[in-house]
Amino acid sequence: MDISDVHKNTKLLVDGIPYNVEEAEFMKPGKGRAIYRLKLRNLLDSSTADRTYHSGEKVEEAHTTNNEEQYLYKEGEHYVFMNTKTFEQHFIAEAQLGNKKDFLKEGMVVVILMMGDKPIDITLPTFVELRIVESGVATKTGTITPQTKSAILETGYTIAVPAFAKEGDIIKVDTRTGTYVERIGAKK
Amino acid sequence: MIEDERRRLIRLKPNLRRRALIYEFTRAFFREQGFLEVETPIRVPTIAPELHITPFESEAWFLSTSPELHMKRMLAAGYDRLFQISHCFRRGERGRWHNPEFTMLEWYCAGADYRQVIQDIEQLVVTLASKLGLNTVVKYRGQDIDISLPWPRVTVRDAFLYAAGWDPIAEPDSLRFDTDLVTKVLPSFILSRPTVLIDYPAAMASLARLKPDEARVAERAEVFIGGLELANVYSELRDAGEQEGRFHEAIEQIHKERGQQIAMPRQFLEAIAYLPECGGAALGIDRLVMLLCNVDSIDEVITFTADTA
Repeated sequence: MDISDVHKNTKLLVDGIPYNVEEAEFMKPGKGRAIYRLKLRNLLDSSTADRTYHSGEKVEEAHTTNNEEQYLYKEGEHYVFMNTKTFEQHFIAEAQLGNKKDFLKEGMVVVILMMGDKPIDITLPTFVELRIVESGVATKTGTITPQTKSAILETGYTIAVPAFAKEGDIIKVDTRTGTYVERIGAKK
Repeated sequence: MIEDERRRLIRLKPNLRRRALIYEFTRAFFREQGFLEVETPIRVPTIAPELHITPFESEAWFLSTSPELHMKRMLAAGYDRLFQISHCFRRGERGRWHNPEFTMLEWYCAGADYRQVIQDIEQLVVTLASKLGLNTVVKYRGQDIDISLPWPRVTVRDAFLYAAGWDPIAEPDSLRFDTDLVTKVLPSFILSRPTVLIDYPAAMASLARLKPDEARVAERAEVFIGGLELANVYSELRDAGEQEGRFHEAIEQIHKERGQQIAMPRQFLEAIAYLPECGGAALGIDRLVMLLCNVDSIDEVITFTADTA
């Protein structure tokens, strides 16, 4: 594709690596060539890169699709997902998932960005409901602010929860920040 | 959707009010100095061929990329001071500082050269700021810009030697020039003052004349304020043969690189023989409004851009 067709969120393949265009700045001084300054995010490892192009240059578009997939189970270092329409299975390495693995529960449906048949990014629901499997004792450090304590969720993620939350409770977690939102169900 | 549009247009209202004032004061500024306001066509049979300016086609004609050729035809007929506020169209130009349809303030003055026209720009901006109740310090994007006169001039040669370490007059290289200008030279300008970049390489003269005593340098200038490129200034070229040669080269390159056919502007070339010694400027009014409204996107000063029209 022509560099002039690149916009924010265009997916590009640069030296074989898929990038998302985070920012595209169009500059054109005087009667000169247009200069495009791109801020890119590597879709495989989330690192960032800056690239400068000028008018007339061609870039390679990364052809991607968004699939709804269900998380099935973990196998070794890989997480196994299944396309909800085609039932095709895909493996994503733990390292590639990064922090997102902290919120993955078996059966959860997520959106996976695919390039060809290679999964390159995963989008979680904004809120997920997870069970507390272990919770410590609240530390009495203050009387005015609400007391919090740490708890471990069924995914193995350690989170700060209010003192009243206990083992077996289901809580709602914001996956963007990794923080506690509210208690959904108390253990009977 | 209609709610978004209402909210957007309401947000723009103070800027659009100021824009209208800027038009009013600009017209008064030129009228007081004996300039005639003119109108030339927006849909034209041919344009000044420029390799990096792509016109929109309109049947076999074009939407005007600049009113320059028609205004110079008027100069050649004896109109010695004229100005125009006109819509121009340049394909593919979209960004924080660009919209494919934008508004140009263009003026020409017989007997002047590029140095005098730079002074017109200085006077215009200082006058507008004062009439809008701003003093000689304009706040733009968190920066105080002292616009008191005269503004610093820096030659292209000095600016490039300082910021990029090479001399584009001695070793012309247009690709390197364009890239370094954006990535090195412009960021080196002090933000607290406007900068007038003067004396461009001859290869980038376009419709400007070369310096009588230095044929590698064109009498061309660009004015920058707060990182915004505001205006382009020429001592106008009056040599029909030389102008035709430059156009011919541009037409060939455009055909080769874009496959677009642009006709030689014959009527303009015939008029050049009668062109008086003169200087002229093209100033992007949208950017001037951005500066005086302290906003950092052209979308904040245009009612309907390419994305909202």
